[in-house]
Amino acid sequence: MLRAEGLKHSFGAVRALDDISFTVQSGQTLAVFGPNGAGKTTLLKVLAGLIQPQRGRAQVDGGRRAIGWIGHQPQLYAQLTVRENLRFWASLYDVSVPAELLSRLGLEEHAGRPVRALSRGLVQRVAIARALLHDPTVLLLDEPFTGLDRVAAEALSRLLAQHGAGGRATVLVTHNVEEGTGLATHVAFMRAGRFVHFAPRAGRGPQQVGEEYRNAIA
Amino acid sequence: MPLPDLLRHSWSVAAKDLLVEFRSRTAILSVAVFVVLVLVVFNFGRDPTAVSNVDLAPSILWVTFTFAAILALNRAFQLELENQALDGLLLAPIDRSSIYVGKLVANLVFVATIELIGVPLLALFFNVRVLPYLGPLVALIALATVGFVAVGTLFSAMTVRTRFAELLLPVLLLPFMIPPLSWAVLATGRLLAGRPLSEIVGWLNMLAVYDIVFVALALLLFPATVNE
Repeated sequence: MLRAEGLKHSFGAVRALDDISFTVQSGQTLAVFGPNGAGKTTLLKVLAGLIQPQRGRAQVDGGRRAIGWIGHQPQLYAQLTVRENLRFWASLYDVSVPAELLSRLGLEEHAGRPVRALSRGLVQRVAIARALLHDPTVLLLDEPFTGLDRVAAEALSRLLAQHGAGGRATVLVTHNVEEGTGLATHVAFMRAGRFVHFAPRAGRGPQQVGEEYRNAIA
Repeated sequence: MPLPDLLRHSWSVAAKDLLVEFRSRTAILSVAVFVVLVLVVFNFGRDPTAVSNVDLAPSILWVTFTFAAILALNRAFQLELENQALDGLLLAPIDRSSIYVGKLVANLVFVATIELIGVPLLALFFNVRVLPYLGPLVALIALATVGFVAVGTLFSAMTVRTRFAELLLPVLLLPFMIPPLSWAVLATGRLLAGRPLSEIVGWLNMLAVYDIVFVALALLLFPATVNE
């Protein structure tokens, strides 16, 4: 469903990706943990086709149409309403906004409000709706929990769990081991552009993964 | 990608840009004020006994449009950086040329609105007759505008991720604007002086060729310019 083979990419002297290879099958969720500057966002952008790697290749079955992206920036227009934003993005995917999407995310009563008038948690919910409106089979998540309160974070976790249970693939990059581990079927630790650990989660809890992460990154 | 899909996606991008501008009205208001101020300053700063209005008006008109258009073009891709919407556009399964065409259409509507304000003000302040030549004048302004907005939209995309985008855009764009602007100024001068249309046909043809060449080049180059 998603393959990365020998990815290498540098920004000047900074090596952002250094020989990264992995595969994510349908139903799997890979959580990539790493400190700031480890190359996590670059990895996601390469997988999405937003950056052409200098070496190696990334392939997503179904191409760009199959990808849904949720980042810490919502990719929304602040002056437009929630409905106008979703209609615009839906038009680029040649779909209409699924009727149940707004209600599923609790956005019905906010549909006519401009995005700039919404709280951070609500904006993130709209960003999730934007990412899911074309029913993607691969979700790429870049620090999706940033700025969310506990309730919103739990709601997002539930949604992502449903996504994985529906046989889709997810790659999540974050520095927050607590929030990422619960969703993951596979775990990777990233440092200076390299995977220093990549394995199935195999029943490990956030505490154990966190300890292993700290040891690997130290 | 089939042409109907490209046009549909282009229209989506253009309509979104115009709706965003309609909601905020910040750019159009500031540029409209700029146009009025420039024309007022030139009106009071000129010496009517030194140069006739008909000789002076074309240069002032096009200088005003040039700088107003640069202000407008600067914002074309800036709004996509807010909340990283540009990444969303690049991720969408659309031909990247449709992003360019959509931006070009929105910028043309924006600059045309400025020109709609500027031409009557020029006629008022400089006491030049435009109504008898309105048809050819509109065609001339449209041909010149398409050319420099086409180049400006491309350069706006190229410079938007740089640190000095607002400075870099005019530096890159102005040399490319010299040919269409000089043809437009010369042709406008002939029109306002009441010369026969046959005298400006050559410049109109040159402007049309410039438009075709640079729109085609921009369509070709745009996908490469937006890659990170």
